[in-house]
Amino acid sequence: MNVTLRDPRIERPAQQHLGFVDCDVHPFFRTPADFDPFLSAHWREHRQSIGNRSRAGLARTSMYPRMSPGNGMRGDSWPKTGGPPGSDLAMMREQLLDLFDVKAGLLAPLVGGAAAERNVEFGAAMAVAVNEWQCAAFCDPEPRLKGSVQITLEHEQSAIAEIEARAGDRRFCQVNIPPRGLEPLGRHRYRRILAACAAAGFPISLHLGGTGGHPSTGGGWPSFYHEEHPSYVQSMESLVVSLVCEGVFEELPDLKVVMVEGGFAWLPSLAWRLDKHWKRLKAEAPSLKRAPSEYIRDHFWVTTQPMEEPERAEDMLQTIEWIGPDRIMFSTDYPHWDQDDPRYAFKVRLPDDWARMIYRENAQALYRLD
Amino acid sequence: MAKHIVAAVDEIPPGGRKIVTVRGREIGVFNIDGAFHALINRCPHQGAVLCTGDIVSRLEAPLPGEYRLTRPGTMIRCPWHCWEFDIATGQSWCEPDDVKARSYSVAVEPGERLAKGPFVAETVVVSVEHDYVVVEV
Repeated sequence: MNVTLRDPRIERPAQQHLGFVDCDVHPFFRTPADFDPFLSAHWREHRQSIGNRSRAGLARTSMYPRMSPGNGMRGDSWPKTGGPPGSDLAMMREQLLDLFDVKAGLLAPLVGGAAAERNVEFGAAMAVAVNEWQCAAFCDPEPRLKGSVQITLEHEQSAIAEIEARAGDRRFCQVNIPPRGLEPLGRHRYRRILAACAAAGFPISLHLGGTGGHPSTGGGWPSFYHEEHPSYVQSMESLVVSLVCEGVFEELPDLKVVMVEGGFAWLPSLAWRLDKHWKRLKAEAPSLKRAPSEYIRDHFWVTTQPMEEPERAEDMLQTIEWIGPDRIMFSTDYPHWDQDDPRYAFKVRLPDDWARMIYRENAQALYRLD
Repeated sequence: MAKHIVAAVDEIPPGGRKIVTVRGREIGVFNIDGAFHALINRCPHQGAVLCTGDIVSRLEAPLPGEYRLTRPGTMIRCPWHCWEFDIATGQSWCEPDDVKARSYSVAVEPGERLAKGPFVAETVVVSVEHDYVVVEV
């Protein structure tokens, strides 16, 4: 029993979440050698003797190390069998999949360093290796887990080849692209990769983080992880603006975009701002046939964690209404330190039809899950 | 409410802790500089196993850049979202007005007295020569 003085959760039935689809689950390797079986002899030796050369500048830690051991892992998720959190399928079942009767878990493997690798050919090899590893270690033994295709955005040929190779493979549901790249994603140089995703029927998943080598805010490097965390929203906003303003959705009407771990309460105000200026600045971007908010409404999905917590909990309902309850999908971010427990993440009771959509139906429809 | 013998005193040295189960609930028993404290092993934020987190000091900054590490070893930091609680009171450092972790009364009793009862010794074998930690639940 806890003494809880103000807590609206207690009046809420705790069953709305059961059988949910988790749109953000992080698998991890036991050791980096786990990728070796899926690398050629050349790249295996490269990995072992040279290793990753990330655009981040730091080789053995992230730019803003987190407060918990393991660079931001949930403290009770270290497997008793050894290895890092997310590396033990049995523990993932116990703490997540079985505990909540999860219908499907969308994997976001932030491992292997493919996306930020300066040696793009090595990056391309690591992307393929991580895809093979996802299947061997997670999706094949546990069909509830669905893979996300890793690519190296700066190596177009290999990226398109990998997307096409995985098209139709039901073990994969989407293509992962890091939101912080060398250039905004709407730029023409990335268009053929986005076209390949749309043609393959894969939504693109933009999971926050990644390192393009640029400062993490438009105004320079922040000092604290606490500052870095909201700066992820800036990356997400830049993506939305770039994809919309470059006319990507006019060219690729089938492209679907999922923003993972960026929260979502910022999205309506961004759409309002874009709409306002679109009316005045149409001459500069004549390819936009519709208001920016309409492209956003049609092409973007968001996942919930880390959910904004308005001071008046009921304001969350209005925010969801603005974005559309059909565009929001639940995610835990297991096993990271700031993961959300589906029982407690929403501080306000959702209408039952919204709960069904957010916890299950939106993801089932978008990813065509059984 | 009943008193439960949960450990021999020397089982939990200063800075140490023991997670015990009393009447079906997990409780973390802590020794801070010889004084014993007990908290529910469940974070009031999202239900994590609170008492398995890091034991940390309270860090205060009266002004930006002026750091003071006060009250060493008196706070428990939740292993999930890093919410910090005062081990002695269960007071939340994040939301002191709204949220509190349940705390329990703890006492040290000599084995000689305990042997007479009416205490409940669940898993601890009591010998008259030792002192024991007793939690009231």
